[in-house]
Amino acid sequence: MPLEISGLVKRFGEGSEAREVVRGLNLSLRPGECFALLGPNGAGKTTTLRCALGLTAPTAGDIRLCGLPVPEQAREARMRVGVVPQIDSLDPDFTCAENLVVFAGYFGIRESEIRPRIPELLAFAGLEGKDNARIQSLSGGMKRRLTLARALVNKPELLILDEPTTGLDPQARHLIWERLRRLTAEGTTILLTTHFMDEAERLAHRLAILDAGRLLAQGSPREVIAAHIEPQVVEVFGEWTDNGQSAGPESGAAAWATRYAADFSKRCEISGETAFCYTDDAAPLLAHLAHQPGLRTLHRPANLEDVFLKLTGRELRD
Amino acid sequence: MEKPSGRRGHFAPPRLSLRFAAVWRRNFLVWKKLALPSVVGNLADPVIYMLGLGYGLGMLVPQVEGVSYIAFLAGGTLCYSTMNAATFETLYSGFSRMHVQKTWEAIMNAPIALDDIVAAELVWAASKATLAGTAILAVIAAFGFTASPLALAAIPVIFLSGLCFAALGLIMTAVAPSYDFFMYYFTLFITPMTLMSGVFFPQSQLPAAVRSIADALPLSHAVSLARPLLLGKVPHDIPLHAGVLAAVTVAAFWLALALTRRRLLK
Repeated sequence: MPLEISGLVKRFGEGSEAREVVRGLNLSLRPGECFALLGPNGAGKTTTLRCALGLTAPTAGDIRLCGLPVPEQAREARMRVGVVPQIDSLDPDFTCAENLVVFAGYFGIRESEIRPRIPELLAFAGLEGKDNARIQSLSGGMKRRLTLARALVNKPELLILDEPTTGLDPQARHLIWERLRRLTAEGTTILLTTHFMDEAERLAHRLAILDAGRLLAQGSPREVIAAHIEPQVVEVFGEWTDNGQSAGPESGAAAWATRYAADFSKRCEISGETAFCYTDDAAPLLAHLAHQPGLRTLHRPANLEDVFLKLTGRELRD
Repeated sequence: MEKPSGRRGHFAPPRLSLRFAAVWRRNFLVWKKLALPSVVGNLADPVIYMLGLGYGLGMLVPQVEGVSYIAFLAGGTLCYSTMNAATFETLYSGFSRMHVQKTWEAIMNAPIALDDIVAAELVWAASKATLAGTAILAVIAAFGFTASPLALAAIPVIFLSGLCFAALGLIMTAVAPSYDFFMYYFTLFITPMTLMSGVFFPQSQLPAAVRSIADALPLSHAVSLARPLLLGKVPHDIPLHAGVLAAVTVAAFWLALALTRRRLLK
């Protein structure tokens, strides 16, 4: 198994100031799958990865990385793992090619072994011919792609990516997604963290939603959606007054929702001036809304973001 | 099952391996790109001070401990510039690699432990200090301020001093919130130590109370070894001086490593 985590607890600080960031996490990756760990900021995603790599000792629990116990044999296990960290850590004093050569050196790979593979690694990252380019001359997307190439110098069995597309433009995101799919097609197991639902929905065979250090849901994107939320969503917004009377304090989509949402949907969430109505069959609701002038609607299938917001709440996480 | 928590773990003995060499090599390859300005930078300042003070003050002070002032100053300059080279490397360059560029974090994702990274920084800074010190030794010899083959024995002294001040510097790097913090280390430790360690004038000039503190400072021990060697004499109490430098190196490295583990392995 590429990664097995059971009963992971990570506490920072001691006594009354202790903060429990991970609270009894169980996770098991299957060979060759792409697994996404979703969660709002501060959910414990990065801490879980740091524990898995043996960069911090867990308070309790057992971790096996590439079959080896962590943190006891973390160093040996990391021989077979590639990591794309959240923060850029390329060596600004080296060229693109030198970054790869020096990093390979940390795995005990000789320069004569890695040099012939550099054109292939740079091509994979969409950086053909950038061998001698300086890091400062690269865009954010190029740096992230070079970091991906750097994570592949040891031909890892497991590739771990911490928010690989945060801050990238759509073109760069799509290129990274395409490369990650190619890697899973070649048999590399991938573990990534993200807070982009579309990223998880597109890439992941399975995913887990994490909040406040606990797993709230786990499974394939379809399974998670089916298990946790009604299949249809109608978003309602705009102007509304009851029985066409003049607008008062009781107006708008929120006012409509308090009066009628329960009649036509299983569950309704109000966020600002928009009502999100979740239902198994949207037809009666849409028929009712057709007679409500001023209200506008968006009818769509439920997606992962709906599940995520249901499970983790709509409050801001700063 | 609860595992033993961190605090004791940070002070566990260093676990060192030859894997530190890959990290040392990384620093060497970066240095190689800017080798010439780096060596000139390490050389120019101390040589200018040595010649300026040596000839300028030397006119007023004909003899110090039986030799010309500039010959007296040569051994002090050698130790003080070795100390500065090791200190600057571990403070400013080390902090850049650890905190600003996240180079250490990148390396820790590879199969190299933090202990090896900190050890590589220690040996690298000592290597760079040895290069700087040896270059100054060559200038001293070229000017004829030392004529004894015993001066070559100062090179291991330079390396040991480099290790010692690199280890002390790494403690500061481990706790520094920003570059500004390092000013305290220079004004409160390095500068007073330089003035008390017999670099510019004999320690016999110090008041007795200060003298006892001065005797404990690592730079004093480095000067006690290097100066006689440059003057063609075998130093007194070699085991004592070398032992103090080695002991400070080990203790400071251990503490620096514990503080770095606490900072990065959380």
